[in-house]
Amino acid sequence: MFENAPIIKSTKEFTATRNACKLCAPLGASIAFKGIRGCVPIIHGGQGCATYIRRYLISHFKEPVDIASSNFTEEATVFGGGANCHTAIKNVIGQYKPEVVALTTTCLSETIGDDVKMYIHEFQKDNQLNDLPRFVTASTPSYQGSHMDGFHEAVASAVKTFAKGGEKGTHLNIFPGFVSTEDLRQLKYLLNDFGIDYVLLPDYSETLDNPIWESYKRIPEGGTPVSKIETCGTAAASIEFGTILNFGSLSGRVKNNKLSATGAHYLENEFGVKNYRMSMPIGVKNTDRFIKALEEITGKEMPARYKGERGRLIDSYADGHKYIFGKKAVVYGEEDFVIAMTTFLDEIGVEVVLAATGGESGRLEEQIRENCPERGEQILAKNMFDYEKIREWSIENKPDLFVGNSKAYYIARELNIPIVRCGFPIHDRIGGQRIKHLGYSGTQELFDQVVNAMIQYKQDHSAVGYKYM
Amino acid sequence: MDAFINDRQNQILTKGKDDAAIACGKASVAGSVSQRACVFCGSRVVLYPIADALHLIHGPVGCAAYTWDIRGSLSSGPQIHRLSFTTDLKEKEVVFGGEERLYKALISLIDTYKPKGAFVYATCIVGVIGDDVEAVCRRVTREKGIDVIAVMSEGFNGTKKDGYKIACGALSKLIGTDTTFKAPEYSLNILGDFNLAGELWMLAEYYKKMGVNLVAAMTGDGRVDDIRKAHTAQLNVVQCSGSMIGLAKEMKEKYGIPFMKVSYFGIEDMSDALYEVAKFFKSDEMMEKARALVKEELTTLLPALTQYRQKLEGKKAAIYVGGAFKAISLVKALRLIGMKTVVVGSQTGNVDDYNLLKEMCDDGTIIVDDSNPNELSEFVKQTGANLFIGGVKERPIAYKLGLGFCDHNHERKEALAGYEGMLNFAKEVYASVCSPVWQFMK
Repeated sequence: MFENAPIIKSTKEFTATRNACKLCAPLGASIAFKGIRGCVPIIHGGQGCATYIRRYLISHFKEPVDIASSNFTEEATVFGGGANCHTAIKNVIGQYKPEVVALTTTCLSETIGDDVKMYIHEFQKDNQLNDLPRFVTASTPSYQGSHMDGFHEAVASAVKTFAKGGEKGTHLNIFPGFVSTEDLRQLKYLLNDFGIDYVLLPDYSETLDNPIWESYKRIPEGGTPVSKIETCGTAAASIEFGTILNFGSLSGRVKNNKLSATGAHYLENEFGVKNYRMSMPIGVKNTDRFIKALEEITGKEMPARYKGERGRLIDSYADGHKYIFGKKAVVYGEEDFVIAMTTFLDEIGVEVVLAATGGESGRLEEQIRENCPERGEQILAKNMFDYEKIREWSIENKPDLFVGNSKAYYIARELNIPIVRCGFPIHDRIGGQRIKHLGYSGTQELFDQVVNAMIQYKQDHSAVGYKYM
Repeated sequence: MDAFINDRQNQILTKGKDDAAIACGKASVAGSVSQRACVFCGSRVVLYPIADALHLIHGPVGCAAYTWDIRGSLSSGPQIHRLSFTTDLKEKEVVFGGEERLYKALISLIDTYKPKGAFVYATCIVGVIGDDVEAVCRRVTREKGIDVIAVMSEGFNGTKKDGYKIACGALSKLIGTDTTFKAPEYSLNILGDFNLAGELWMLAEYYKKMGVNLVAAMTGDGRVDDIRKAHTAQLNVVQCSGSMIGLAKEMKEKYGIPFMKVSYFGIEDMSDALYEVAKFFKSDEMMEKARALVKEELTTLLPALTQYRQKLEGKKAAIYVGGAFKAISLVKALRLIGMKTVVVGSQTGNVDDYNLLKEMCDDGTIIVDDSNPNELSEFVKQTGANLFIGGVKERPIAYKLGLGFCDHNHERKEALAGYEGMLNFAKEVYASVCSPVWQFMK
C-alpha cells in the first residue's frame, strides 16, 4: 500500500536539493548562543524562523528552548526592521531580564540590508540610564553555508565582542564545536580531573539539558559567563575541535569581510593565543592527540582514570574487531563530525564506503584522505550531498551499516540494515542529547554500539536464536 | 502578571473576572517567543498531505529542512509529499534572481517523480528579490501539462492564518477543473482533516456505513484528481474551521455547495457530525444508520471509558493548541473523562471561538490568544493543572514542571478523532497523568 520513493540512478543530477542533509545558519547560531550564561537569542526575521528552529531543537533536546523573534511584517520588510528590532530587545529584556541578548540575522533581514549593530547602538543610546544587558550579534543569512557556519560565526562573534587582552594566564580556551550536551559535560570532567582552568565556549550542557525544575525558569541555568569569555584573550592556548569549521568555500561577503574566522583563529591573530586545531576526539588516535595537547600545554600528565579508560577501550577493540572488520558503513552529517567519525571507523577496520555531508566547504575529501590511513583513498567523500543522494547511492552499493543522525532512518529501514544513531538531530528517540561521542569513554560507547549493531543483525537474520557471540 | 508583555494584556482573560472580549487575530508582538509560525507554515501544513503532488519550496534551505515529513499525515498510496524539495537558494541567486534555478529544479523533479500536480511555495526572500514565481509556474504548466501552482506564502506577509487562506486559494485553482465527473447521490467533501494517524480513513468509513460517498478529502490522503472533482459534491463538512472555512465559503458562492462546521473529537461532536449530515440529506434511512452506528460504537466505548474516568475525575487540564475549534472539542472531551479545563488558548482563534469557550468554561478558567512559554508556565502554576494538551513546543514546558502531557497537534502518531480516537485520548491522558514518575518531581 505505501509506496517508497522511486529508485533513481545515483548519477542523475538535480537542481533541487532533496531531503537536505544540513540546516540553515540561524539554527547553528541559536545553539551556540544558548551556550552563553543568561543569554536569550533573538532571530531578526520572520516569525517562522524562530518557531521552526525552536521546534527542531526541542525535538532533539527535549527541553524548553526559548528563542525570541523580531516578527517581521510586510512593513518591516519594506521600510527596514529597526522598529521591530527595538521592540524585540525591549520586550526580551522586560520578560527575561537576560545578562546577554544575542541577535542573529536571517535571509530576510540580511537581504533588505538591516544593520543590526546600528540598531543595538541606537537602543543603547536611547536607554542610557537603564542597566542594560550585554549584546552580541551574528550575521547568519541562510543562503550562505549551513547551520555549522552559523554556529562558528556565533562563537567567533562572542569572542570578538567580549575577549580582552592583558597579562597572560595559565587557563585554556576550549572550542568544542557542535557536540552533545553529554560530550560537554565529559569534557568538563576531564579538564577538572586534569586540574586545568578553562573557558569552554559554547557550553550548553546545562542550558539545553537541565534537570527537573521546581518552578519554571525563564532562562535555564548554566552556560559560559561573559566574564569568562572576557579572559579568552589572555589564555595560555586554545584548543579547537574541527578542521573544516567555517573555513570552507563560502562565496562572497562572508569571506570578504573576514567574518569567517573562528574564535580561536581570531584570538591567535589578535592576542597571540596559540591555537591547537584538531579533529574532534573520537577514536583512540584523535583522543590521544587531544590528551597530548593538554599535556604539552599544561605540563601535566593524563590522570590515571583516563589511562584506565584508554586501556579498556583498546582491550575492547580486540574483543570486538572480528565482527566489524570489512563491514561497509555510510557516515553522514556535519563535516567535522563526519571526518572524526570516519577516522574512528577507519581505525577499527570498518570500511567507510560513503562519507557524505550537506556542508559546502569542498574540503571533506582532502580531510578524509589525510585522516584515514587504512583506506582513506577508497572512501567516497561527498560535499553538498542530500539524503536522497545518499539513498540512491546506498541502494546501488548496499552498505551494511549507517552511522549518523536519525534523519537517515528511512533509508536504513528501506535497505533493512542497522543504523547507529549519533550526532544531530536525534528526533525519533529519547536521549539524543545524552549520546556520548568524545574521548575514550565516548568512543567506547560508540564502539560497543557499532559492534553490537552488526552482531544483532547477524543474530536477527540467523535461522536459530543463538546464545553466544 | 509583571514581566509579561504589556501589549498582550487584552489577549488574556479570566472567566468571571474580565468582561471585555478577548483581542485576537493580531500579529505577534516583536520579542515574544510566540508558539506561532509564519505565513509559509500555514500554507505548507494545509497543502502538505496532498500525496501525489510535488511540493517544492523556493528559498534557502531552512524552510524546507524544518518542514520535512513534519506532519503525521498518512497516504494510502503515493508518498511524494513526504519528500522535502527545495531550490536551496544561495547568495548568487539572491543577487541575480532565482527564476532560472526554480525552472530547472521543477523540470527535473517533474520528469523524475511524475507528480499529478505541483505546488511551489515562495518564502520570505523570494518576495524580496522579486522572482516572478507565477510566471515560472505558468511556463512549466505549459511545458509539462500538469498544474504547477504558485503558493505566494512569503513568511513576513501576515500570520499563519493568512497562510491558510493562500493555501485555500491554491486548492480552489484545482477545484472545478474536472468537468466530466458526476458525483453519486449523497456525496460530500471532507475539509480540514489531514489524516493524522489514519483518522480520515476512520471518518470515511463512518460516512460509508451511513451510505454517504466521499468525493474529495482536503487535504488528508489527498489526491490532485479528487480535488479537481470537489465541486460536484453536495455538501462540504469542515473541520479545523480556521484553516478551511474560507474555502468552504468560496465553494458555496462559486458552486452553491453548502457547508457545515463539524468536529470529530469527543463523542458528542463526533456523533453530531454524523447526525447533521444525515439531517442535511433528509434521509430517514441514513439517520437510522447513523444512530445504529453511534449506538454500536458507544456500547463498547462508554464502558471502556469508565475505568479512565474513575482515575481522572477532578483532575485539571490546560489546553493550548493551534486552532480554537479543536480547543472547544477538547473541553468537551475532557469533561467526558471527568476532567476540568482551567486554561484554554490557541494560536489562531477568532472572537466567536473565544466567546464560545468563555460560555463553556467554568469561572476562573484562563482564556488566552497567541500565548508564549512564560505565560503558559505561569498559568499552569496558578491553576494547578495536572495535564497539558498541546504540541511539541509545549511538551517540555509541561514535563519540566512535572505535569502530564497529551500530544494534540499535527505530528502525533495516535488517532484521536472518532470513537476509537476518544478511547485513545482517554488512554493517553491516563497514561501521562497517572504515571508514577511524577512522584519524583514534587
